[in-house]
Amino acid sequence: MTAPLDDTSILPLELTDVSFAAGGNRLIKDVTLRFEPGLKTVMIGPNGAGKSLFLRLCHGLLQPTQGSIRWQQETGADRHQAMVFQRPVMLRRSVAANIDYALKLRQISRRDRGDIIDRVLHQTGLRRLADQPARVLSIGEQQKLALARAWALEPQVLFLDEPTASLDPAAIHSVEEIIAAIHDAGTRIIMTTHDLGQARRIADEVLFINRGRILEAAPADRFFNAPENDLAQAFLRGELLW
Amino acid sequence: MTDFSDAFAAAIGLVLGLDTSLTEIVGLSLRVSLTAVAIAAFIGLPVGAAIALFRFPGRFFFVVATNALMGMPPVVVGLIVYLLLSRAGPFGVFGLLFTPTAMIVAQVLLVTPIIAALTRQVIEDLWIEYEEQMRSLGAGPGRAVPALLWDGRFTLITAILAGFGRASAEVGAVMIVGGNIDHVTRVMTTSIALEVSKGNLALALGLGMILLVLSASINAAAYLIQHNTKRWHA
Amino acid sequence: MKRVILMALMTTVIGLLPGPALAAEKFFTLVGTTSTDNSGLYEKILPLFTARTGIKVRVVSVGTGRAINIAKNGDADVLLVHHKTSEEKFVAEGYGLKRYDVMYNDFIIVGPENDPANILGLKSVVDGLAQIAATKSFFVSRGDDSGTHKKELSIWKMTGIDAAKASGTWYREAGAGMGATLNTASAMPAYTFSDRGTWLKFENRGGLRLMTESDPLLLNPYGVILINPKRHPHVKAKMGQAFIDWITSPEGQAAIKAYRINGRQAFFPNAKK
Repeated sequence: MTAPLDDTSILPLELTDVSFAAGGNRLIKDVTLRFEPGLKTVMIGPNGAGKSLFLRLCHGLLQPTQGSIRWQQETGADRHQAMVFQRPVMLRRSVAANIDYALKLRQISRRDRGDIIDRVLHQTGLRRLADQPARVLSIGEQQKLALARAWALEPQVLFLDEPTASLDPAAIHSVEEIIAAIHDAGTRIIMTTHDLGQARRIADEVLFINRGRILEAAPADRFFNAPENDLAQAFLRGELLW
Repeated sequence: MTDFSDAFAAAIGLVLGLDTSLTEIVGLSLRVSLTAVAIAAFIGLPVGAAIALFRFPGRFFFVVATNALMGMPPVVVGLIVYLLLSRAGPFGVFGLLFTPTAMIVAQVLLVTPIIAALTRQVIEDLWIEYEEQMRSLGAGPGRAVPALLWDGRFTLITAILAGFGRASAEVGAVMIVGGNIDHVTRVMTTSIALEVSKGNLALALGLGMILLVLSASINAAAYLIQHNTKRWHA
Repeated sequence: MKRVILMALMTTVIGLLPGPALAAEKFFTLVGTTSTDNSGLYEKILPLFTARTGIKVRVVSVGTGRAINIAKNGDADVLLVHHKTSEEKFVAEGYGLKRYDVMYNDFIIVGPENDPANILGLKSVVDGLAQIAATKSFFVSRGDDSGTHKKELSIWKMTGIDAAKASGTWYREAGAGMGATLNTASAMPAYTFSDRGTWLKFENRGGLRLMTESDPLLLNPYGVILINPKRHPHVKAKMGQAFIDWITSPEGQAAIKAYRINGRQAFFPNAKK
């Protein structure tokens, strides 16, 4: 492990009155939230509720039009977070080289890069594919590679946007295992899904979002057993919300 | 139709006879055009990528200018280079007029806009797909340029080939700045123009066929490389 | 992989860049007219000069108008063209040192075999052009401000006909070199005004044949001029003058005289001793 132990934590992440508007539509509305270190948070909600937008705001890919998003440790916060997208974008080079590129961007020395690549490929079961061109992998393998690439960066926080949306059950299973392993290694997980089963399997804490508003934020047990918000109740019953 | 069979016979005769002046002319054509395309790629690829990725004042002007320059008549480029390199012009002291270097300069001016404009298009499209991932990894537009050029390499080869096509086919610019001097600046296209002006239509057409075959071979080689590696990299 | 390709690219660029011209090679640049070049004269006589002096001649062939322009800019060392008034003006304005007579050939009128203007056998070229105009038969002019073009215009002037006014109807201006103009005339078919050398060497005659020749008006004298080194210090005056001395010497003059196209003498030396 190369992350210096004395690195201060960038968490908690604090959102204050965050709104995001595009084309005159408010897509995220007045979100105030605090992410403490340690847990696995899963955001659920119907399609178009603003889940992906929310992650992109937290990750810094978008700027809020109102309110503030602050890490406790602002300097270097970029270096300590990573994101896995619904559709992984792989560079046209080998599996190992894709991870190598991400590490190079973080200015990690060539010698350390080799060790890290070996380790994450091993941990994600991709070792035998190391020299394959990344683009010829199956979507499931590509998503595992995206996780390996993110893991290699040893982020304090990992954002995942519907990471298993188009995968088959076997691939979903191994992706969930990798997410758990990354969490066990000390990374804060913040992810979205529209798969309630997955949310039950993974979440320590659930955020329910509908039409850009966070309607409920609760520990997983309480949310799944006794949701307070009536729309959340309807969503859990499998009703369509609009 | 006899012109065509005569031309064919002339082409075969030139090739089989391994005419030394023919090899000299072909060699110079390739040297001038390949050098010009290599330099143009060296300039055009990064410039095209920069126009694609950066928002700066005057960007619109650059986009329109590169696109418009793609259609610049070679004769005009030749004339401009002539005026620049002429002893009476600003770069006259170097004595470059009527040398292969002058021809390379003219062709670089002809080819760079093509490569830059096509690169801009390719990189813009690629950036739409890559932007979020790259920014998440910590690579803004500037740092992403080499990776984008590398990932767009299969399409960019086509851009470079388009540039080579223009360079190897044009006659207007090299005629003016090279002067079509025998053994010094005579290339395929200027020889063809010369033979036409002598009324040697069959020989001119024969040279044209050889030029076509050369250009086809280079394109075929590029296609095969592209095809074989592309399958490998999806 | 990327590095390897980049290296290969760089090596190619460096390797392909033209090295400095061999220091040992002695050459100067002669700018002359296309018609002389197309006639094949240079190929025959320049090697003799090179053999004697070790100096190579780089020939740039363009129309007389552009040739004079190139010479004025100092982009050549010696000018060899055939339009005496322009040449004398060139010298008078200080661009050139001195005009030497070299040789002459003559102009001819060629036209379609069926001779719609009925000029075959006319002794006077002025009458010939007048008949072409009167019958509105197609006539292709160089239209490129070359020596040949200027000569053609001077004869039109003697007919009193303003041919330029008919431009686009029966009078067509090709804006091209002699060979290209002959190609056009042969395709139309049309009459045209040509120098004899290019015509003799021209292979794509189609239905064209010689119509008018030997009128003293059709004589075409060539002059050779060294570009003024005071105006353009880089001019290779020594080598240029060596060439002028040679081509006006008995040896050079004999070489011109000996040159044959299809068995006919094409140029007549007339350097003054």
